[in-house]
Amino acid sequence: MNKKEKGLGVGTRRVIAYVVLVFVSILCLFWFYVLFINASRSNAELARGFTPIPSTNLLTNWKNLSSGRAATVLPIWNGLFNSFIIAALSALLCTYFSTMTAYAIHVYEFKLKKFMFTFILMIMMIPTQVTALGFLQLIGKMKLEDSFIPLIVPSIAAPVTFFYMKQYMESALPLSLVEAARIDGSGEFRTFNSIVMPLMKPAIAVQAIFTFVTSWNNYFTPALIIKSDKKKTLPILIAQLRSTDWLNFDMGQVYMMIAFSILPVIVVYLVLSKFIVQGVAMGSVKG
Amino acid sequence: MKTAKSGKVVRYNKWGYIFLIPFIVVYLLFQFIPLVTTIYNSFFENYRSGLTQIGPNFVGLANYKTIFTNGDMMQYAKNTLIMWVLGFIPQIIVSLLLASWFSDPSLRLKGQRFFKTVIYLPNLIMASAFAMLFFTLFADGGPINSILTQLGILSQPFKFFSNATSSRVLVAFMNFLMWFGNTTILLMAGMMGIDTSLFEAAEVDGATSTQVFFKITMPLLRPILIYVVITSLIGGLQMFDVPQILTNGTGEPMRSTMTLIMYLNKHLFSKNYGLGGALSVVLFIITAILSFAVYNFSNKQD
Amino acid sequence: MKKKAISILLTAAMLGTMLTGCGGDNGSTDSSSNADTSAPAPAADTNTDTSAPAADTNTDAAVDTADEGKVLNVYCWNDEFKRRVEAHYPGYEADAADASKGLIGDITVQWNITPNDDNAYQNNLDETLLKQDSAAADDKIDIFLIEADYALKYVDSDYSMPLADLGISDADLGDQYQYTKDVVTDGNGVLKGASWQGCPGVMFYSREVAKEVLGTDDPDEVQTYVSDWDKFYETAATMQEAGYSMVSSVNDTYRVYSNNVSSKWVDGTTINIDDNIMKWVEDSMAMVEAGQTGTHELWSDDWSKGFFPEGKVFAYFGPAWLVNFSMAAAEEGSIGYQGGWGAATGPQGFFWGGTWICAATGTDNAATIKDIIMQLTANEEIMKDIVIDDDDFVNNKPAMEGMASGATKVMDESGNEVEYSSKILGGQNPLGMYCDGAGSIDLAYLSIYDQGCNEEFQSALKNYFDGNATLDEALDLFYKAVIEKYPELTK
Repeated sequence: MNKKEKGLGVGTRRVIAYVVLVFVSILCLFWFYVLFINASRSNAELARGFTPIPSTNLLTNWKNLSSGRAATVLPIWNGLFNSFIIAALSALLCTYFSTMTAYAIHVYEFKLKKFMFTFILMIMMIPTQVTALGFLQLIGKMKLEDSFIPLIVPSIAAPVTFFYMKQYMESALPLSLVEAARIDGSGEFRTFNSIVMPLMKPAIAVQAIFTFVTSWNNYFTPALIIKSDKKKTLPILIAQLRSTDWLNFDMGQVYMMIAFSILPVIVVYLVLSKFIVQGVAMGSVKG
Repeated sequence: MKTAKSGKVVRYNKWGYIFLIPFIVVYLLFQFIPLVTTIYNSFFENYRSGLTQIGPNFVGLANYKTIFTNGDMMQYAKNTLIMWVLGFIPQIIVSLLLASWFSDPSLRLKGQRFFKTVIYLPNLIMASAFAMLFFTLFADGGPINSILTQLGILSQPFKFFSNATSSRVLVAFMNFLMWFGNTTILLMAGMMGIDTSLFEAAEVDGATSTQVFFKITMPLLRPILIYVVITSLIGGLQMFDVPQILTNGTGEPMRSTMTLIMYLNKHLFSKNYGLGGALSVVLFIITAILSFAVYNFSNKQD
Repeated sequence: MKKKAISILLTAAMLGTMLTGCGGDNGSTDSSSNADTSAPAPAADTNTDTSAPAADTNTDAAVDTADEGKVLNVYCWNDEFKRRVEAHYPGYEADAADASKGLIGDITVQWNITPNDDNAYQNNLDETLLKQDSAAADDKIDIFLIEADYALKYVDSDYSMPLADLGISDADLGDQYQYTKDVVTDGNGVLKGASWQGCPGVMFYSREVAKEVLGTDDPDEVQTYVSDWDKFYETAATMQEAGYSMVSSVNDTYRVYSNNVSSKWVDGTTINIDDNIMKWVEDSMAMVEAGQTGTHELWSDDWSKGFFPEGKVFAYFGPAWLVNFSMAAAEEGSIGYQGGWGAATGPQGFFWGGTWICAATGTDNAATIKDIIMQLTANEEIMKDIVIDDDDFVNNKPAMEGMASGATKVMDESGNEVEYSSKILGGQNPLGMYCDGAGSIDLAYLSIYDQGCNEEFQSALKNYFDGNATLDEALDLFYKAVIEKYPELTK
């Protein structure tokens, strides 16, 4: 092959690829580096400008944030706990019931099947924001304001997760398996719980992570629903930082708070990154 | 199909409905009813003034008239589109480039897992925290300005948030950072699906990698590219967290970073259900059209 | 390899935080006692001191709370009132485990704090007040706090209780400054709230800069350089030549102008911009164009840079609480920490902030609320302690005048009786200046829309100052934003 005459050689292309990759990686990581540095510096140090070397105030900032006066205005432990409960329950309900919905469409033949499938695909793209107004009124009528229920239960109807599960079933759940279970006398509900669910584990894991992260990061809906301090989730507390009140005013703590709210996700991600990256690819390409 | 199967199978099929119940009930309750009441609300004057409730009084299409005639909505739609395009163009270019490198076996790139892990990372970060971080970093006296002045690149701090272009570019840049990893992985999966014999044949014919990319990869990738563009556009319409927190909900300067959802949020926050409803309905129609496009494309793919 | 290194780094960072997390837990007791260190001694004093005067003023020293609701819900936007109650209200016990709770006798105090921005506090308060009738007794609001900017909205409604209904007479509050009562008096002349503080504002200037540029840091002499707006802007030019900003942001002078208006923000349902506000725009634009100041939002990181000498800012406008709490005086290296501020009256009088306590209609804790209001806003001894501990300017004429003139002595660190002086202000006694200010505040032009209008006006006009909009465009944006907030108004 005479590649060199026509285009760049593999070696050169590889070098370019590495340079670009390193550059974008730096672009992705730089912010977290600055965050870490600044979280370790005191307000006075921060006011004097940026230095690339961490300072010694990491602990002090943390103490101020978690137990000082700021803790009254920003109850971060409550926030962490609330975010976790909401995200974990959402992930649980969402994956379980989406698998169930996908199972209904995948395994059974019924009149409205085609219609339901098309319908769910159609509503997949409707953003939650456009129904937020009616949602708020409904929540008000149901007396569920300032409650976690409207943040958790709606995740049962998750078209995107449904779609992913359906795709996965096509490759991983042969109908013969269901029929074999029937012959063994297993009830439909039991078949679903004891045979189908375990088989779907990889897909459930991937979707559980995504639902968890989406819920963890959600700001729009909780900001409209949650009122009392003790029920606020981390994104709401973060947004409160932006509206600095004159009594809680320390940039060191602000950086620490940001670090505090993104660290759990980073850790989970690093542990599970292999699944996640594969999962994105898996769900994307239809058929 | 059905007739070929025994009556026993048909008997099981009622379970199809039973298993659909949770989805349908929750959907109807938490999404369908709200959608209907949102539309209903859009025909009423209904807001809270201090401690007094005004309305609801039926006003027909007056709310729609207001949002279409006062020009705000067009302005914010334009803002949203500009910021989306500014972020999407570099996103698709970089993603195509990275995806083609990752999926090119002749390059044999090492550390692929590391790079994929890193570029996907920003996607998982809480948008509000990320925006808060950028706000502090790019403040007039923040670290970025202090680095740039220390390096002698700037003689005095640049006010990123006092300038429409730089504010929009920052929002777009953050969207780019958060989404290019995701797009790369999507595109890569698409490229992996292309029959490798095509590449081999091209190589035998002496095609350069550039030629292979434009003559083989791109055309075959078209369906997934269209999918990426439209889903990203729908995502772009929902742009909220980043500009909201970056500008503290003001969309400053001169509302040049105010997006449609931020505007909606303003009405929701001040309990102006009439105008908020009308705005929601318009947004709903736009997304419905776009969704329909996605649906059509993904059907054609089959 | 690289990945491993990174993940090790991150794990280490995480472990670090986790460890600090534990440290933080141990620290919580530490720091809460730290926060209290200033309080216990005087608070103990207070307890013994107050029994006598409390009896004089006919306050029930021991409140009979037996037949009262078991939860006292307090709605506020920051922890200032909470800290006052913690440190100065006799018999209040903080809950060590839960910062949002406290105890008064067997009544649980529940603090509901919602920050102020974008009307969030008011929205939340409105929601809850509207449901007050149907709420369970323990969920009903008992006390809510308000600010002057929107006080009328609540005072003119039935949601706030007349103080007379609580058993507080006008005579009980006779020592308070009149303006603090005007703010919370409704259209029928009924008093609906009370405040423990007065917030007359002055100009705080950097003594070092004054010495360097003006040749003196003496408050009276510095005052001659800023005694009216013409002189103020002349001095601004001098400051600029020497490399200093006169004020940190144009928004610093905003309240000085907006408190000296001659019309209300809203006339009927029409938005009205007062001439003096327009004068602020004009004067400020001149300053910005000349490079004498910035355009930062108040409370932004950039605005606060001038709390440190490196920020190169000459002056800030504000009341006592600004210099005492909000200008980083506790931080090493700040101007306040070195006692480097001075106080001068400035070109015009103004006030900023202040918090009023209101009782919510429907409360089941009337006796407790009465006692809180009496102790914090009418008990001279407690109020003196607030001045000494918290450097607040309290709403009690005899207490303030006594301390201003030096007639009332305070204890210094070594236990000697000395005249009150502020460490942050380099030993200056600014109380006389505040007293004069508090007496002369005129609140004839308050409206219920003040907060929204003030906020949106500054935010919209920033575009004009930054060169992103013409004056007309910026004003249009202001009208638009105000109408979004209050749909019933028109341009």
